Amino acid sequence: MSEAPAAPPLAALRHTPLHDVHVQLGARMVPFAGYAMPVQYTSILDEHRAVRSAIGLFDLSHMGEVQVSGPEALAFMRYSVVSDPGTLEPGQAQYSMLCTEQGGIIDDLIVYRVEDGYLIVCNASNRESVVAHLQELQRRGDFDASLEDRSDRTALLAPQGPRAAELLASLTDLDLTVLANYHSMRGTVAGVDCLVARTGYTGEDGFELFCDARRAVGLWHALTVAGSGLGLRPCGLGSRDTLRLEAGMPLYGNELDLTVNPYEANLGRVVKMEKGEFVGRAALSAVQQTGPRRRLVGLVMRDSAIARHGYPVRVAGDLVGVVTSGTLSPTLDERIAMAYLPAGEASIGGEVQVVVREQPHPAEQVKLPFYRRPKPDAG
Amino acid sequence: MFPDDLRYSREHEWVRVDGPTGTIGITSFAANELGDIVFVELPAVGASLKQFAAFGVVESVKAVSDLFAPISGEVTEVNTGLNANPELLNTDPFGAGWILRLSLANADEVDGLLDAAAYRELTAG
Repeated sequence: MSEAPAAPPLAALRHTPLHDVHVQLGARMVPFAGYAMPVQYTSILDEHRAVRSAIGLFDLSHMGEVQVSGPEALAFMRYSVVSDPGTLEPGQAQYSMLCTEQGGIIDDLIVYRVEDGYLIVCNASNRESVVAHLQELQRRGDFDASLEDRSDRTALLAPQGPRAAELLASLTDLDLTVLANYHSMRGTVAGVDCLVARTGYTGEDGFELFCDARRAVGLWHALTVAGSGLGLRPCGLGSRDTLRLEAGMPLYGNELDLTVNPYEANLGRVVKMEKGEFVGRAALSAVQQTGPRRRLVGLVMRDSAIARHGYPVRVAGDLVGVVTSGTLSPTLDERIAMAYLPAGEASIGGEVQVVVREQPHPAEQVKLPFYRRPKPDAG
Repeated sequence: MFPDDLRYSREHEWVRVDGPTGTIGITSFAANELGDIVFVELPAVGASLKQFAAFGVVESVKAVSDLFAPISGEVTEVNTGLNANPELLNTDPFGAGWILRLSLANADEVDGLLDAAAYRELTAG
């Protein structure tokens, strides 16, 4: 077995408020976005299955939280992101992106309409560039809006899975039956003030609980104690990645980066041209008119080879694209991947070859997502 | 935790020498570091392995890692059970999770490998 590539020493990394809890649980800690983060506690497969069948609890306190407030908060948001926060009802949230003037994706994020403005939740790895970009736009447009990076004092705990609602209901007075997907409400969970959002990155029902970083350990313990009879497992970034991939969700750095525009990533529906001027509009409008040059597709391998990030994709022997993410799907027991192909080659059912260790292996293009959760029982 | 009758490489493979034959696998330490193993790519019977050279691949959910031969020889048998049950490398790395058998090219190579005590020391850090 080969040695792992040299990584920055764990001691030089930042810690989330739950770091000592993870270490005590025996988690394997790895560097991620400048933080020491748990990649797994016992087994990525077991943690993955816990989320699909019961509950997985994730520490996502490394993620960025930026609050936008003030009289022109909405105008500033509409100008900055590609979606239209103007359509958000109080308590509603939407998936969105920040793009450059050239249409490249700076980050993908969720915009929550909250009582005092808008909460932007962005990727930990992009927090600095997101904040710098927003500050620049705010100055340039002279918007009467304030920006506040609350990431360091905000913890984020995410119970995800079909029994997450049952778990949360046992710890809160909030009526979760009225909390719809992509909505949030404020309340207490186990006595801790939280923004309770019905959002996630797993393809299951689930919640994201934003709270004061100083209350994170108490909230984590309350959730694990109450969840112990419901099949709850602490889950690391390893299962988070396999879960989101099954659900066909992009990961910044794999499917998305500054060279990719939303139309290429199948995220054109997020872009709202009709709202008027916004950063990247001209470039994105041109892509919308002509169609993207390449497209993100789903692949299922036809043999036992596993496609991985960076592997070449061929059609009829010609190199045409590249794999962005790939794994063995624990739920489907199939080898799944996403890849960029020239738009002309992207078609469901189309045959390609993924080059794995110099050998071409057959794969078929399939509709995304690979996995869709079962509809909840009626009544 | 590391059987005394095996010899170990610094790349975390083991070999059990039985006369002219060797059986090789990966150690429990390696299996644990890799996490859930979901795929093993093995050489064909008849292939020549060279000590410390890559001869195959193991894939965990997250990562791809090369396998390095702890000893030289010609492959006489591969554990085909690993195709259907690669997780044997996690659950029984020194037993049912053996990888392949070979006829040794040079039995003296074993002398350059670690014994269980030295391997324990290597992995204790």
